[in-house]
Amino acid sequence: MDSLQFFGAARLVIVAGKGGVGKTTVTAVLAQAATDAGLRVLAVELEGKPVLADLLAHTAVEVLTITAPEALADYLDSHGLKRVSKRLATSGIIDVVATAAPGIDDIVVLGKLKQLERTGGYDLIVVDGPAAGHAITFLMSARGLLDTVRGGPIRTQAEDVLEMFHDPTRCQVLLVTLPETTPINEVIETAYAVEERVGVQLGPVVVNGVDIGDPIAIIDADEHLVAAAEYRNHRRASQRDELTRLSDDLALAQIVLPQLPVAGITSAEVAELATALVAQIQRLPA
Amino acid sequence: MNTPPLTALDIVLRDAQIIVSCGSGGVGKTTAAAAIALHAAALGKRVVVVTIDPARRLADALGLSDGLSNEPTRVEIRDEPDTPGELWAMMLDPATTFDGLVHQYAETPEQAERILANGFYHNIAGALSGTQEYMAAEKLYQLHRDDRFDLVVVDTPPTRNALDFLDAPATLTRFINHRLFRLLMLPARKGLKVLNVAAQPVLRTIGKVVGGEVLTDAIAFFQAFEGMEIGFRDRADAVSDLLHSPITHYVLVASPRHDTVDEARYFAGRLAASDLAVAAVVVNRLQPRFGDATAEEAREASVLAEASGRADLAALWRNLAELRALADAEEAVIAPLVADTGATAIHRVPLLSDDVHDLGGLRQIADHLFRV
Repeated sequence: MDSLQFFGAARLVIVAGKGGVGKTTVTAVLAQAATDAGLRVLAVELEGKPVLADLLAHTAVEVLTITAPEALADYLDSHGLKRVSKRLATSGIIDVVATAAPGIDDIVVLGKLKQLERTGGYDLIVVDGPAAGHAITFLMSARGLLDTVRGGPIRTQAEDVLEMFHDPTRCQVLLVTLPETTPINEVIETAYAVEERVGVQLGPVVVNGVDIGDPIAIIDADEHLVAAAEYRNHRRASQRDELTRLSDDLALAQIVLPQLPVAGITSAEVAELATALVAQIQRLPA
Repeated sequence: MNTPPLTALDIVLRDAQIIVSCGSGGVGKTTAAAAIALHAAALGKRVVVVTIDPARRLADALGLSDGLSNEPTRVEIRDEPDTPGELWAMMLDPATTFDGLVHQYAETPEQAERILANGFYHNIAGALSGTQEYMAAEKLYQLHRDDRFDLVVVDTPPTRNALDFLDAPATLTRFINHRLFRLLMLPARKGLKVLNVAAQPVLRTIGKVVGGEVLTDAIAFFQAFEGMEIGFRDRADAVSDLLHSPITHYVLVASPRHDTVDEARYFAGRLAASDLAVAAVVVNRLQPRFGDATAEEAREASVLAEASGRADLAALWRNLAELRALADAEEAVIAPLVADTGATAIHRVPLLSDDVHDLGGLRQIADHLFRV
């Protein structure tokens, strides 16, 4: 598969995964690889400290932060409620509203993403989605609101979002995990939950931080050298086992990103991983 | 006789009646809490560990595979048959904990029933952000007053923001006492049982957005809640006092990544601002080190071996150099946290080859934490 085909599959890609698996890194890597392929790309972050702008500083990718209070204020403004929107947000009534209709904060964010997907003029929008537990509630918010809200603009919004979710050419969810037992178990559970309960198309699973390499031949040498080699071999073997288990249990293509010998990711590592991603994409069946 | 100096975690176990394990999601917070609890039990304490959303294998290790229990279950510690200590574990069920509070503070059983049947209440108990944190704190308070236990170890929910836990009691009280709540109560106090939604500009606005019917439950909830606010607030104050008391010790958990280190430092700062101290820091999942050679030395040895035709030996040195470089990079990432909290507070746990799936695995973590 070539990059254009891969990135052309759906205009909106929501990247999801448990905290600590490298969701933000993968978001940046996808955005960079897509922009390198000549696409007009928007990268969106929803929560936490904004870091995408730094990671994508040397690229043509546009970066946007969307938070629920801002999205709700925007939403009220565009529905002729500008005068009250500020008061609602500052007085904390948002919390009461969000509790009265759970998911309303998520749906205004999704509504904003849908609007960008329809009219933003981007070839690809990559979203650094919420962490796994919250990802399900985030994606489920549209369906949940249809049950509680029986009319009005929020219901329309929820219906529009659901329509987008059910169209694989418009929206895909891409799950990120690590090559370890618990993250693999969790990504399998999340994948089934997302498919069954949300009905959105899943893209390939991205396995991040894989120690790629052949076994090191153990020879008679200094004990530390031997112990280090055995440790490395053992870890690579158990990662391979986890990747095999993932393909056995989940019928989704895998994209494997290498572990880099650094502890913190910067724009340089994002560029390096983007190259690795493109190589992986080329190995996928067209 | 030379006894080794007590480590930060030794002191925590000596002095704390409550230990709170906090940090970002995915750093091994629950595992650290469970390992600390296991060790305390082995030392003879009667310990209960409260977990929140543990990984399945850890839940299995603690005998919690059946899911939420909300009541402590005794864990058999077979490896320590002679200890008078006991290990108990439970998985927090926020909704049931909240229901219990409603029963306790309702003036009549009918009031409790009215609240528990309300849809808006279910949303608060199940989905309002901060509720899970508050219920963890509430459970901690209950277990601390339970004579069965000497020590309560509590895991904190994986929040977007670590300070949610400390603030949760106040946040919920503020929510219950919200201005809108008072606004909603006005007509009820005047004896108007049926509220005219359209008469309230704020409500009219909300109604336009979400549909008026959504508000009916909310109004019914706030009306049903009338009279309980003071009891609720006093309880929240008591829970908050306990979180800020010297018998409560905070253990920060991080992994060698910038984001989790930043989060841990932020939380340390927040604790300091509340005159609380970080009792100990656990850094999980560090690359193990092999021997004393630096990355540079190992690289040179690799080049030398290659030059003398020993490709196999060169590969071993190259591997050592790579692992060492990674370990050094990790050390650089955690350096600011070490500087903030002091080197003596830091406990390092190496990346283990397998997840914890039984008490033996937990024991292994505890051995690293307490250097047995």
